[in-house]
Amino acid sequence: MDRFQSIRGCRHHFPLLRQRVNGKPLVYFDNAATSQKPQVVIDAMMRYYEEENSNIHRGVHYLSTRATEAYEAVRGKVQHFINAGHQREIIFVRGSTEGINLVAHSYGRTAVKEGDEVLISAMEHHSNIVPWQILCQEKNATLRVIPMNDRGEIILEEYAKLLTPRTKIVSIVHVSNALGTINPVKEMVAMAHERGIPVLLDGAQAVPHMRVDVRDLGCDFYVFSAHKAFGPTGVGILYGTTKLLDAMPPYQSGGDMIKSVTFEKTIYNDLPHKFEAGTPNIGGGIGLGAAIDYMNEINLSAVGSFEHELLAYATAGVMEIPSLRIIGTAREKASVLSFVIDGIHPHDIGTILDDEGIAIRTGHHCAQPVMQRFGIPATARASFAFYNTKEEIDVFFGALHKVIEVLG
Amino acid sequence: MSAIRELYQQVILDHNRSPRNFRKMADATKSMEGYNPLCGDHYTVYLKLNGDTIDDISFTGSGCAISKASASVMSATLKGKTKAEAVRLFEQFHRLVTGSLAAEEQTDSLGKLAAFSGVSEFPARVKCASLAWHTVRAALEGEAKTVTLE
Repeated sequence: MDRFQSIRGCRHHFPLLRQRVNGKPLVYFDNAATSQKPQVVIDAMMRYYEEENSNIHRGVHYLSTRATEAYEAVRGKVQHFINAGHQREIIFVRGSTEGINLVAHSYGRTAVKEGDEVLISAMEHHSNIVPWQILCQEKNATLRVIPMNDRGEIILEEYAKLLTPRTKIVSIVHVSNALGTINPVKEMVAMAHERGIPVLLDGAQAVPHMRVDVRDLGCDFYVFSAHKAFGPTGVGILYGTTKLLDAMPPYQSGGDMIKSVTFEKTIYNDLPHKFEAGTPNIGGGIGLGAAIDYMNEINLSAVGSFEHELLAYATAGVMEIPSLRIIGTAREKASVLSFVIDGIHPHDIGTILDDEGIAIRTGHHCAQPVMQRFGIPATARASFAFYNTKEEIDVFFGALHKVIEVLG
Repeated sequence: MSAIRELYQQVILDHNRSPRNFRKMADATKSMEGYNPLCGDHYTVYLKLNGDTIDDISFTGSGCAISKASASVMSATLKGKTKAEAVRLFEQFHRLVTGSLAAEEQTDSLGKLAAFSGVSEFPARVKCASLAWHTVRAALEGEAKTVTLE
């Protein structure tokens, strides 16, 4: 009995995967950049625009009520999906990047003062570096970096030493996009909380691969993007605890985030609307709702084990290529396989793989400090989703041999 | 020949493995950095100018096979050429890699540069092929210190 039979059956839910590229069946291994979308998500968004499209939170007419209900229902779905305590703790944003910017801007500008420190890790995406860098420059504060070992794992002893009375926030990635490392975030949150320091987790790469329970993790903020989790681009979620969100000033301002406006004074709206100025990406939100329904149906824990099998299979196969070196060999790892081949630049690998119909990412993965840490300019990265197959990985092995034949 | 073999022609593979004029030049009269932040290709081109003539040219740095081979073939091609000839060759080369060079223009004057004709089938790689050329042109025109291709 094939315990992953039901997962294998999901591939046909993704219409895009049926196409051919350069005359070969598409092998989509760029899932860490963005996931493909199942038909139910595409249909939900189309149905919204065909039947419900209207502006929300302001109309008394039928369509506006219907659109508002549909959009707000997604907030409830997200709340249950990540097990947040309240719907008001779910803020719609454009994506993980905007979620981090919101916290850096709103929480950061009130909590971080001259001489304070912000703590991030050595494996952050630029989106979890630059907003803090800007904040620290502005406040004359210091950005500190938790080092990692050669496997690409955070060194917890060093982390403990970096938590000081000056540390005002810790912001770390849950799963690394460049290395695949799954960080021990629950433990790291607890360590910070012992010293009363709040923690933001960047869950962009975690949400599509594992069950995330924000209350179990204990984090103060959690961000993720819909598009990496089978939903559309342009929408994401910031989760924050009521206590912190309530105390934070607004991020952007305008319509929807207010209770009343006169030219003398504005009274801000309650959570979550205080942080949602302007007409949001309603259609995108509807798509995210459908993606969450879909992930609930396919069972994310089975997805995690299946992807782990794919990763183990791919890792064992590429390790037979002597000139290939895997970058990121953490003991706890999601389905990301970053690698370099001696004497062959990742871009040349990417071009030859593309010619074989295989889509991978090549470059620095918006994590230049990670590349610097490993002393390389770039990597080639194959990242798997549950709709990928071992047969596709076999095609990938064949293409890697072609790379070496042409360029080795 | 497949598009991939057309792209990675023998000349390109050879210049990638053993790049010509791959050295720092101590007595360069001009040097310029070229950088493509998207892929990390990063080169420095050195020129020794004698009036309008490129007496010597060399480069250092790292990047993909296309960018390195292009810098190498370029260096071999431009040695002894005048500034005007260099600019004209770059224009011709750029039309070649973007697929807009008319067939009748593909004369012997291109020499080994013709090996880059396959690049036109790979729009994502045009910047790789032209990085070193942009860098030299900037050096000849005396622009800022680093050329950044976006």
